Amino acid sequence: MSPSVSSPAAPGQSSDLGLIARQLRLRLVQMSHTAGTPHLGSALSCVEILVAAYWNVLRIDPAHPEDPNRDRFILSKGHAASALYAVLAERGFFPRAWLDTFAQHGAPLAEQPAPHCAPGVELATGSLGHGLPVGVGMALAARVQKRDYRVVVCLSDGECNEGTVWEAALFAPAHRLNHLAVIIDYNKWQATGRSNEVMSLPSLREKWAAFGWNAVELDGHDLTAITTALQSIPSPCGKPTAIIANTIKGKGVPFMEDDNNWHYRIPKAEEVTKAALALGLS
Amino acid sequence: MRNAFAQQITALAQQDPRVVVLSGDIGNRLFDDLKAKCPDRFFNCGVAEANMIGMAAGLALSGLRPVCYTITPFLTYRCLEQIRVDLCYHHVPVVLVGTGSGLSYASLGATHHSCEEMGMLRLLPNLTVAAPADAWEVRASLRAALQSPDPVYLRIGKKGEPNVHAAEPAFTFGQAIPLRPGNDVAILAAGTVLPVALATAETLAKDGINAAVYSFHSLKPLDTATLAEVFQHCRVVATLEEHSILGGLGGAIAEWLADQRQPQAQLIRCGTPDKFLHLTCEQEEAREHFGLTPVALSQRLRDAFRSR
Repeated sequence: MSPSVSSPAAPGQSSDLGLIARQLRLRLVQMSHTAGTPHLGSALSCVEILVAAYWNVLRIDPAHPEDPNRDRFILSKGHAASALYAVLAERGFFPRAWLDTFAQHGAPLAEQPAPHCAPGVELATGSLGHGLPVGVGMALAARVQKRDYRVVVCLSDGECNEGTVWEAALFAPAHRLNHLAVIIDYNKWQATGRSNEVMSLPSLREKWAAFGWNAVELDGHDLTAITTALQSIPSPCGKPTAIIANTIKGKGVPFMEDDNNWHYRIPKAEEVTKAALALGLS
Repeated sequence: MRNAFAQQITALAQQDPRVVVLSGDIGNRLFDDLKAKCPDRFFNCGVAEANMIGMAAGLALSGLRPVCYTITPFLTYRCLEQIRVDLCYHHVPVVLVGTGSGLSYASLGATHHSCEEMGMLRLLPNLTVAAPADAWEVRASLRAALQSPDPVYLRIGKKGEPNVHAAEPAFTFGQAIPLRPGNDVAILAAGTVLPVALATAETLAKDGINAAVYSFHSLKPLDTATLAEVFQHCRVVATLEEHSILGGLGGAIAEWLADQRQPQAQLIRCGTPDKFLHLTCEQEEAREHFGLTPVALSQRLRDAFRSR
């Protein structure tokens, strides 16, 4: 391990991180409002996943974002980019002010991540089904180069419609890539319908287990549970880990929760105020 | 050609510890030597080509030099979006080697033919697209590909293709290799049909028509210096490829030509038509079916030359 890669970060206390998660949520609502960008519900559902990973688990150093020994986190569900950006800014990868110009003309932060658009962004995503194959390649590279970094790929449940997810799911256990994890933001919605109805997703944990993964299911808004699951990587059993994180789309803002209109809807000014109130941050 | 590829990639992998070879469950025994010499840098990725391309991007983003190898239609058509997003958009140095290209596997039916893929791939930003003509060009182009900062697609044949060169030629992407001088006609050939171009030139010579022949291996970047020269000095310039006349070498040159001022020469595109091959046949017969033989080509070029 290179000395420049810091151990899992700063605060650590769940109560502190709970506040950070709420502040991030308000930030996401504000970014969506200011930039006029959709996918707010999708961003809100993965906040705890990102907070647990970036504050408690990943060995990363914002001062050395290209360190070859860093842990990699790929947000394969690139439509939730605002959440990744807000987390990276909060962790010090780039100035918080960049969030103010999110998705605006000529700004560094595009609506969905572009290649090398900002320090800490590992992959341009937005077309679903790309993050896991690339993550498998990164995990394989660690094996070839005899490095001990870990790779975490966050997928959406709708993304599990894509065939490449399952191609990668077949490859990784065959090569015992136990330093690889997927975490599925299972918010039960995809763009235009219930994800369990559009495709046959139920028994998602069993599906990943049947593919040879160390598959666990947990509350995707429970920071402690996510932290514990991610900290168990590399899994001692030699398998890659699949974490099925049960989440609520639009989580944290009551009038957005589990309402799929917020896949595309953009909050008005009074709705931002209402959200702040609900988050206890007014 | 595929044996030359396997030998060369084994040699290059031994020289460069960053080289990693990914195969899409083909090449039975072909990589035994590589596996023996670099056991931790060969991966059979199974019949899952799209995942293979994504993995290659992940390997390249981590500082390695992956080479993906499988049968051309599965490497290219099936994986177009992975090539576009994972490789080209991220601009990572991944080498794609498609084997059995064009009509190499004529007898297996159009599922195994690739007469459109160069046109498709040529549209992608950052990607180098080349068709080496023989085993020597395979070796040379693979070496060049692994030194390139760009993603590279190499279209190769299967086995037993005749050698055109006697030794490894100097090779640079975007620089055609002149093989025969001539100032009446120029034949620009991409890939394993190069010997057909040479035989066509021999036939034309019997009628007193001097035909230059070039191994015009690169569709992208295009050798515009050579193009400017042959369109200036010859009366007819023909492209020859085992690929559709839409979008391939002929298409690329037609696009270039459209922007030129008063070219001297007429362009004639020789390749496959905008059709699937439904005839049950071998590669030679497929070429004959599409008029890609010295007899048919020399007649066509002679007529064009005399009517200019």
